[in-house]
Amino acid sequence: MFEEKHELLRKLAREFAATEIAPLAQEIDQSGEYPEELRRKIIACKFNCITIPEAYGGCGGDTRSNAIVTEEIGKVCASSVSQIMPNSLSGAPLMMFGNEEQKQKYLRGMAEGTMIGSFGITEPGAGSDTASITTTAEKDGDYYILNGRKCFITNGPVCDFITVFAKTDTKARGVSGISAFIVESGWEGFSKGKHENKLGICGSATCDIVFENVRVPKENLLGREGQGFKICMATLDSGRITVASQGLGIAQGALEEAIKFTKERVQFGRPISKFQNTQFEIADMATKVQCGRLLVYDAALKKDQGKPYSKEAAMAKYYCGELCNEIAYRSLQLHGGYGFMKDYPIERMYRDARIVSIYEGTSEIQKIVIAGQIFGK
Amino acid sequence: MNILVCAKQVPNTNEVKIDPVKGTLIRDGVESILNPDDANALEAALKIKDSFENVTVTVLSMGPPQADVMLRECLAMGADEAILLSDRAFGGADTWATSNTISAAIKHAGNFDIIFAGRQAIDGDTAQVGPQIAEKLGIPQVTYVEHIEIDGDVITVHRQLENGYEEIEVKTPVLLTAVKELNSPRYMNVKGIYDAYSKTVPVWGVEDLPIDRETIGLKASPTKVFRSFTPDPKGKGMMLEGTLKEKVGALMDNLKLKHII
Amino acid sequence: MGNINDYKDVWVYAEQRQGIITSVVFELLGEGRKIANETNSKLCAFLIGDHVDSLAKELIENGAQKVYIAQSPLLEKYTTDGYTKALADAINQYKPEIVLYGATHIGRDLAPRVAARVNTGLTADCTKLEIDPEEKKLMQTRPAFGGNLMATIICPNHRPQMSTVRPGVMDKAVRNPDNQGEIIKVALQLDASDIKTTVTKIVKHKKAMVSLTDAEYIISGGKGLGSPDGFKMLHELADVLDGTVGASRAAVDAGWIDHMNQVGQTGTTVKPKIYFACGISGAIQHLAGMSESDIIIAINKNPMAPIFEVADYGIVGDLNEVVPMLIETFKEYKAEKALA
Repeated sequence: MFEEKHELLRKLAREFAATEIAPLAQEIDQSGEYPEELRRKIIACKFNCITIPEAYGGCGGDTRSNAIVTEEIGKVCASSVSQIMPNSLSGAPLMMFGNEEQKQKYLRGMAEGTMIGSFGITEPGAGSDTASITTTAEKDGDYYILNGRKCFITNGPVCDFITVFAKTDTKARGVSGISAFIVESGWEGFSKGKHENKLGICGSATCDIVFENVRVPKENLLGREGQGFKICMATLDSGRITVASQGLGIAQGALEEAIKFTKERVQFGRPISKFQNTQFEIADMATKVQCGRLLVYDAALKKDQGKPYSKEAAMAKYYCGELCNEIAYRSLQLHGGYGFMKDYPIERMYRDARIVSIYEGTSEIQKIVIAGQIFGK
Repeated sequence: MNILVCAKQVPNTNEVKIDPVKGTLIRDGVESILNPDDANALEAALKIKDSFENVTVTVLSMGPPQADVMLRECLAMGADEAILLSDRAFGGADTWATSNTISAAIKHAGNFDIIFAGRQAIDGDTAQVGPQIAEKLGIPQVTYVEHIEIDGDVITVHRQLENGYEEIEVKTPVLLTAVKELNSPRYMNVKGIYDAYSKTVPVWGVEDLPIDRETIGLKASPTKVFRSFTPDPKGKGMMLEGTLKEKVGALMDNLKLKHII
Repeated sequence: MGNINDYKDVWVYAEQRQGIITSVVFELLGEGRKIANETNSKLCAFLIGDHVDSLAKELIENGAQKVYIAQSPLLEKYTTDGYTKALADAINQYKPEIVLYGATHIGRDLAPRVAARVNTGLTADCTKLEIDPEEKKLMQTRPAFGGNLMATIICPNHRPQMSTVRPGVMDKAVRNPDNQGEIIKVALQLDASDIKTTVTKIVKHKKAMVSLTDAEYIISGGKGLGSPDGFKMLHELADVLDGTVGASRAAVDAGWIDHMNQVGQTGTTVKPKIYFACGISGAIQHLAGMSESDIIIAINKNPMAPIFEVADYGIVGDLNEVVPMLIETFKEYKAEKALA
């Protein structure tokens, strides 16, 4: 499943996460701000551009590599996973559908750390029901005039550009009138809403983006007119493995915290790790985490081998999204009262886990995808 | 400029524990790492490579086949080439025999302006191999280097003392041993890891080196391990009794007896 | 190297810096005396430098029966090349059976080079030296694996047998002002071109405040101190020991000391030689940060405090009496050591 280079990469990611990110995780969660120095260190290790091709300043790496790094970072700080988003959500649309100029500008920008990208499909009225977006992009000579509002945008507050999905043909039926655009945050009419006050992944900045007559040059149309829905689905499809890895990381982190705590905590004259309930709980949790692990890396391997992987990716995302919530809950229970205190990392992991079964396609959407693969469309 | 870095793969002795029942080392699950002082040595070489043109950094290690992973790590950090010296004939060597092997390999590998080594390895803890390599190569050495400046072929270093440092000037070729205060070793990066695995790391055995077999390995080593044992386990703590003066007196006596102070 | 049996006597490398003999040398002379007795040989000192004749007397008073002096302006400051040549040439000429060095920054630079030059074995950082009663070989015991393992090393077929010895472990020599000894001026063949390094400056500095993670001695205070003033005496004790002050979370939360001194689950994890836990109850979160310390000394007025479960030495008492007494006692001890 893994080559030697993957093992060395895991070693790097694990050490980096433990040494550089873990000590700051609590602070990042409580302040909601991401330390610039840490952001730079992540870029220096090139974690932000693993899958971006070398031609655009990236490492030209594979899905397994990205999954490994995502898992190891997610294990100590789920919020930090947003720092390596160019590998998936913010980079995939460009990698798959961008032309040479667009890739050289935006992909390279993200690879070199001079640009932060984001992904804009969700709207107040369009979550799982992607087709019902109302943002419009009206052609006007060499430009498209963009109007609308996107919400819950990860990296929104700090982004330099966003891949936006808007209706270029409001008369078209269903999803065929949607196109994708690369829109820069510095353009007139582009405004960022307030930081959302979230339950978890507080260190990952989220906000609304509002477009008021933003003039988007036609060179920034991504792919062809009408191809937008396809681009969106392809991006989410390929990003599933990454989110699953994040869920796996949270689950693994929560499990490790439980093992550590139960060895130290003494009640009734001995460490609670000696009690059968604790042992059975941990055994069960560990087995489930191992299932999640195999789902994630099997899907990643299939993708790397060029085999069909959509069903497996959806399974991994569905499973790990639910898994991290379950493991965090059970780990917190094993911590007892201490787990409820912010001094202990499990408190944050429990909150961070909640979003994984929701974003980038809810568990319910994943089940639709899986069923679709099984029963055929 | 050609720089050679001597590196050793070592068990992470900070993680090693002692089996309280058997009195033996528990090495299972203890990972093997690049010796910390050697990471500082490599970082020093890489910093020079960052600052000057035409610098190649070669990493050399004497060890078992699995030391290949450590050499890949060094390549991933930015070294240009790596060489592994591995042969049963080299094994069981003390520092004298080890330095014979390594210096023969260095001579075989080429001419180097600076040879970096770590001050000491965290398993052997001798700090002897670096100076002994320098002696075998007939070049000057400076140990405990905590600062380096280069100006042409004149190197100015700070040699760490217990309570300060000496500023020393020396010309290349020279061997320098690094202490942890010298720098903060950089992390590998993803691209570096991929590139590291696309390179070949040659393995040199005794047949590949112009060396006298009588000077290497366990048999040739002047020092031998007579026996090894684990230090006495800690035992339960003691509550000190008596008047305050007596308590403090007993404490001091205990600390002195155990050579803790 | 000729016949092993030609090698006789115990040599101590009498390290000196700017005319002051390094204190470990007296420990070597103390230990060397025992070894010389057991091998029926003489204890000698080897002194290198310039204008160092006056130091010979001190060495003789501390037990050296012979003092070899390698003197030259070229040897005024320590250099690897100069000192190695002086000592290695003398070893080849006089053939000592055993040579002991202090495992100081100088000793650890010099000894391996000399060992390589005369092609003999060297054992580093010894904490125990014995003579095997049957074959009269030197048994050199030293820590390895970061201190997790002890190894006893022998050098059966090469001479001299050489060791660097960890400072602060062996007993110092007994000084006797009536001791007599021979002084031998060693014939040097040293040229300026032999010395490839130039010492341009020697800088001494008092160590800056050591970080918690690097500290060898940590004096930590908790709620039991009673007030922030309690930390004043902990700082004093830290100064005497060249250590660092730590704190429990309770003390930090009370605003008595900065968070950067906090040891524990949400503070720093430490592994010092000695951890003094003063007025610290020993809550699990604190233990998580210091339980790996080599030695834990706990001082608390509550005999049931959990900290005593993990302490190597426990003192039940009033901190305001115990700590000042520790400060006095350690000050005296330091003064004794400096004079000896």
